[in-house]
Amino acid sequence: MTAQEYAFAVIAAVGSISAIAVVTARNVVHAALYLVVALLSVGATFLLLGAEFAGWVQILIYVGAIVILFLFGLMLTKAPIGRDTLDNTHRWVGLLVAAGVFAGLAFLIQDAFPLDAEPFEVFHGSTSVVGESMFRDFVLPFEAISFLLLAALIGAIVLARKDEGN
Amino acid sequence: MIRLPFVLLFSAFLFSAGVYGVLARRNAVMVLMAIELMLNAVNVNLVAFSSSLHDVGGQIFALFVIAVAAAEVGIGLAIVILLFRNRASINVDEVNLLKW
Repeated sequence: MTAQEYAFAVIAAVGSISAIAVVTARNVVHAALYLVVALLSVGATFLLLGAEFAGWVQILIYVGAIVILFLFGLMLTKAPIGRDTLDNTHRWVGLLVAAGVFAGLAFLIQDAFPLDAEPFEVFHGSTSVVGESMFRDFVLPFEAISFLLLAALIGAIVLARKDEGN
Repeated sequence: MIRLPFVLLFSAFLFSAGVYGVLARRNAVMVLMAIELMLNAVNVNLVAFSSSLHDVGGQIFALFVIAVAAAEVGIGLAIVILLFRNRASINVDEVNLLKW
């Protein structure tokens, strides 16, 4: 175990526990706050893997913007609190399916990448490297994503606007 | 120095938690939160492979996935608010107009 693996173990433990808390919390606001912890641990994983730009974007966009949107959504739609009103009656089927998915993925992962494999040297993709590659090799996807964001902006306004006509 | 399967297992766990949340929750906003967990699992995989293959492309696609997730949350919450305005409830199992 290297120092980075110990750090990652702590981050992954915090992230996994808060991910479970997100999907089992009985209070919707608590679930949103657990989501903050889970997203922060994902951002910390990005930083640990040398992806500094993706890590800070994760923290700024997800924790700064998307969770705030979720909290606004929760405030605008008053949701009852409690397990029976938040979860449906097929909870155990869902648990079974999720456990099956995890077991399948874990089997495939340890089959393709043995757990005792050599640790890899982390690639430090700095912001300048990311920017150069994005605007040299990925210009068309970048334009497409800009158009998608514009369409989503207009669509969200059109959907959430109150109809004045009727 | 880090071993790839550890990161992939963390990602698989986040994805499974998201699957459980999507299947078990009734509240539409909570379903959207679980979808965010699944998208984050995808991002962890992309960045992990980008880091291990020493190729910056995976990081860039993680950024694209983050942008798509932001658009998805904006539209999704607009739909949820519209649903609440029309039905006074955001329980996904009560929205069955298209069910035969």
